[in-house]
Amino acid sequence: MPLNDYLIVAGVLFTIGVAGVLLRRNLIVVYMSLEIMFNAVNLGFVAVSNYLNLVDGVIFVIFIMVVAAAEAAIALGISIALFRVKGTIDIDSFDELKL
Amino acid sequence: MDLKSVITWLIPLFPLTGWVLWGLLGRYIKDLTGHLASAFVGVSFILSLVLFYIVSNSHGFTATLYPWIYAGRLGVNVSAVIDRLSMVMLVMVTGVGGLIHVYSIGYMKGDKGYARYFSFLNLFVFSMIMLIISNNLLLLYVFWEAVGFCSYILIGHWYHKKSASDAAKKAFIVNRIGDFGFSVGIFLLFLTTRTINYESVFKIIPALPSITVTAIALLLFAGAVGKSAQFPLHVWLPDAMEGPTPVSALIHAATMVTAGVYMIARLHVIFSYSPVASMFVLFIGTLTAFLAAFIAASQFDIKRIIAYSTISQLGYMFMAVGIGSYTAGIFHLISHAVFKGLLFLTAGSVMHAMAGELDLRKMGGMYPKMKITALTFIVGALALSGIPPFSGFFSKDAILADVFSRGFYLSWIIGELTALLTAFYIFRLIFRVFFGQSNVDPKLHVHESPAVMTYPMVILSLAAILIGFLGMPPFDHSVFYNFLNVDFKNAAIFAPFVNNASWVILSLISVLMGLLGILAAYILYIRKSVSPERVKRAIGPIYSLSYHKVYFDEIYDFLIVRTVLGLSTFFWRIIDDAIIDGAVNGIAAGFAFFSVKVKRIQNGMLMSYALTFAIGVIALLFYYFIR
Amino acid sequence: MDFLLSHILTVLIFFPLVSVGVLLFVDKNNEGLLRNLSTILSLVEFLISVLLFIYFKPGTYQFQFVERYSWISSFGASYFLGIDGVSLFLIILATLLTTLSLLSSYRYIKEHVKEFVILMLILETFMIGTFASLDVLLFYLFWEFMLIPMYFIIGMWGTGRRVYAAVKFVLYTLSGSLIMLFGLIYIFILHFDQTGNFTLNIVKLYNTRIPLGLQILLFIALFLGFSIKVPVFPFHTWLPDAHTEAPTAGSVILAGVLLKFGVYGFFRFGIPLLPEASIILAPVIIVIGVIGVLYGAFVSIVQKDLKRLVAFSSVSHMGFIMLGLFAMSAISIDGSILQLINHGITTGALFLFVGMLYERAHSRQIADFGGIARKAPILASLFMISVLASIGLPGLNGFIGEFLILIGAFKNYMILTIFATSGVIFAAVYLLWMFQRVMFQEITNPALENFEDMNLREIITIMPLILLMVFIGFYPVPFLDRIDPTVVHFLSQLNRHAFTLGTAAKIKGMSNA
Repeated sequence: MPLNDYLIVAGVLFTIGVAGVLLRRNLIVVYMSLEIMFNAVNLGFVAVSNYLNLVDGVIFVIFIMVVAAAEAAIALGISIALFRVKGTIDIDSFDELKL
Repeated sequence: MDLKSVITWLIPLFPLTGWVLWGLLGRYIKDLTGHLASAFVGVSFILSLVLFYIVSNSHGFTATLYPWIYAGRLGVNVSAVIDRLSMVMLVMVTGVGGLIHVYSIGYMKGDKGYARYFSFLNLFVFSMIMLIISNNLLLLYVFWEAVGFCSYILIGHWYHKKSASDAAKKAFIVNRIGDFGFSVGIFLLFLTTRTINYESVFKIIPALPSITVTAIALLLFAGAVGKSAQFPLHVWLPDAMEGPTPVSALIHAATMVTAGVYMIARLHVIFSYSPVASMFVLFIGTLTAFLAAFIAASQFDIKRIIAYSTISQLGYMFMAVGIGSYTAGIFHLISHAVFKGLLFLTAGSVMHAMAGELDLRKMGGMYPKMKITALTFIVGALALSGIPPFSGFFSKDAILADVFSRGFYLSWIIGELTALLTAFYIFRLIFRVFFGQSNVDPKLHVHESPAVMTYPMVILSLAAILIGFLGMPPFDHSVFYNFLNVDFKNAAIFAPFVNNASWVILSLISVLMGLLGILAAYILYIRKSVSPERVKRAIGPIYSLSYHKVYFDEIYDFLIVRTVLGLSTFFWRIIDDAIIDGAVNGIAAGFAFFSVKVKRIQNGMLMSYALTFAIGVIALLFYYFIR
Repeated sequence: MDFLLSHILTVLIFFPLVSVGVLLFVDKNNEGLLRNLSTILSLVEFLISVLLFIYFKPGTYQFQFVERYSWISSFGASYFLGIDGVSLFLIILATLLTTLSLLSSYRYIKEHVKEFVILMLILETFMIGTFASLDVLLFYLFWEFMLIPMYFIIGMWGTGRRVYAAVKFVLYTLSGSLIMLFGLIYIFILHFDQTGNFTLNIVKLYNTRIPLGLQILLFIALFLGFSIKVPVFPFHTWLPDAHTEAPTAGSVILAGVLLKFGVYGFFRFGIPLLPEASIILAPVIIVIGVIGVLYGAFVSIVQKDLKRLVAFSSVSHMGFIMLGLFAMSAISIDGSILQLINHGITTGALFLFVGMLYERAHSRQIADFGGIARKAPILASLFMISVLASIGLPGLNGFIGEFLILIGAFKNYMILTIFATSGVIFAAVYLLWMFQRVMFQEITNPALENFEDMNLREIITIMPLILLMVFIGFYPVPFLDRIDPTVVHFLSQLNRHAFTLGTAAKIKGMSNA
């Protein structure tokens, strides 16, 4: 498959992720959309890495996956903590951080 | 240090130690304080006499104690000049000072601030001694202000009275105005001569342009005008009578207020090389002598009458130093110190008997009850009026004769008129206090003062009788003249001026003036052939001008006090609060205003943040591709 | 001992921090121990600083007790310490006033004692560091760090609108300092362009050659930083608020030490780095200084709050100091430096007294007082000495400084000096009027009936300052001996630099005065 096809798929995935983050209210779904964006980027990296015959992109992907895993643990922890406080995970109800 | 220097520095050391001791231990040694403080000044007096003896048999000298200020090209030592002039002053200050200390033991008995009083009286004597013996202008200035500070504290001795603390403050501030001129004079002197030591200054002065010398002399004279209560800065001295009477006697009659005269005599080289400044001194002296006597003639407060009399007599002294007869000026200073100190002490004795009453309308007929006081008062009054053989006759006449001989006839005429007024107001006081019918509150038990008070009075009245003979006319052949005048040999204009033939006539005129004044007072207040009320109506506006002290206080209050307060409030409220702080807080408010507008963007909604972020990314990408 | 002497500045800077380390282990409820221990530790610090005075060699302008270690060599920053005759006394003043403020706070500070004493000691570290630094970066760091503890001291233990005052203080001085930092960096880069070396060593930066137009712009940048700290009219409005709302200890340190940094900055940085611009702009600054003298005096007359009155009197006194510094004659600069010390002593004492009055009467309004002299004679006498020193009564310290400033400035600025001299009259007006209304007359306020006189701790707090006032008044030679060589060298350097400008003749005339 030519490189372009990979990148188109990555772009579509990324757009889906962005739309999810912007439009959905559920914290878990927002978080999942965020992960889709990550994976879109990962896909791009792997494709370009393959195309250029370099390992750099693959290393980046592994880094991103490790960080994302760690981040997932924290994000879910925060979600649970928020749920305990508010009884909901609708992100519109979390608007305390303003002047 | 040799013996002479040691003696020199012991003289101020005793009162200085006294100040510290009574200040710290006063509450423990209580009533002894007065005796000890007097003894300390007495020791200084004896040491002064010893030094006087040494100096009169040899030359003057300079005694340096330690280096004081060394900065850049300015070098000043704490150093004393001992010559005949300073010795005459020193003996007078410690002598009169000692007597007044003794008198105070009786006068201040039972006062709550007894120890504080004597402590500061000692400090005053110390400062005055240092003022006299300092050998450079800066040290002079230091003690010039130090005596002013002692005067501030002692005027305000009864600080719980608003009038007393007001008077103290007024004295300090008015003196500061004069000292402002004095300090600028020192700056100018240092700028032109590069030194402030008397001796070095005197060597350079003759070579300086006359305009510079005049400027320096006039600026220095401003200080003398303040300290010696000359027109137009005389307003503090009558108010200073709020202080205890011995303080008035010591500081506001005998010593501190004469510092201005002493300063000019000490700096005679500067003043004599500026005829313009000397003329100005004569002018101010003449004006003050007359104005003060004019005001004194209608006052009812006995201490204020004597205070105005002091101002007037200081005017005479300035006339003398203005025309260059420094010796005559100092002679009048000494004799005035004696008889005016005496007058204040006797007035204090009257107050003591009257439980602090000062209004002469509430007195009268007190002679039989307090003969010593009355007699000594009369001695003082005769000396003040210039009746021979009392000291005032010799000293005042020496001045007036010199003024006449130098050809300042207008000054001489005003001086003679002042002599008439002087005799009038002081005998008006005597007749209304000691003679005539009694207006004394019958509840008061009028009594003679204790011996500790009357002895100093008697000693001073003896001095007032005897001291004049030192200046036996013709003045330029007298003992005093021959002793002191050598110190003024560097002056540009230089006494003697008296035509020996004329002094007899001049003296006769002066004595006549004095007798006329006494006669006028006698007619008005004893014979009552002319009622004072009729005189008052006849000269209406003049009387009220005199009664209201020529409206000086009112004019100053209107012109200066209100202006300063108004300006201050304007600076504070308008410039500081409104304009400067307004600008500062305005900038802060401006930031706050815009941040209120901008803060709506931060609404806490995750979605809107993400949307903004996305739009930003798209805009950046768009920009990147378009470019 | 040798080790101590060769590292004495480092010891002085970091001893208070070590003390903080000790104090951290004290229980925060044990207030007595905290107070006593902090006072004793700061006293030890003061005694170490006295060693500076003892071992300082008078008669030379060279920096002494120099310590120098490489720090960030990539852009030439070093840990470079040293003092001359000017910073010597300012450091001792800082350590003395810190001890006295801690001693004075026993009754005033009732809450968060631990935090308070720790902040005071941290502040001391920064103050000494600023005076001892000869490296621009080190100086700037200490300079800005000082704001932090002061901000908390005003904001936490102050009175009234304390948060407003603290924020105003920090923002005001910070905005000036940032412009100053810009100027300093610019000079640093210019020096690199000329020599190819990165250095922040102030002595080397003195040799930077800067065209006149640029010098004037840079001088304005530095001027803003320093003059806000002084403060020079019209940048003074943070001062009355900060002084008034700060606790006693804060006011003492603020007036006694922090205000000195502005003038010190001009002396160490502003004038030597930008000599030609300083000479050209000196008349302008002198005019501003004289306006400050009179303006501060006038505004003081009508103040109703004791602390505000003392604060405005500081504006007036600092105007004198600016006049003396920029008159650029040896006598007047000697006077200015001496007056810096005097102002710290005198105004420090005045604030301590106002604090004592406030602790007893819970008011600072002059109208609430009156007749206290009878109840508290010791307080009245000692307060009077401080007031007189502030008025500039001869025989006390203020006179020597003011007199030297005025007599030195008289030659080149005759009229302006005469105006400034008249400020001495107004000083008597506002201070004596205040003293009369507070101390004299009858007691009218019933709250004052049980007014206590000073206790032993308060007398011990005040006495060192009173003794210094009298000592400097009668024997200023030990101080002038150490200041004078530094000042003479300062002027000769100025003269050398000014040669390029053709103003040499002018400077020569100045330094002769």
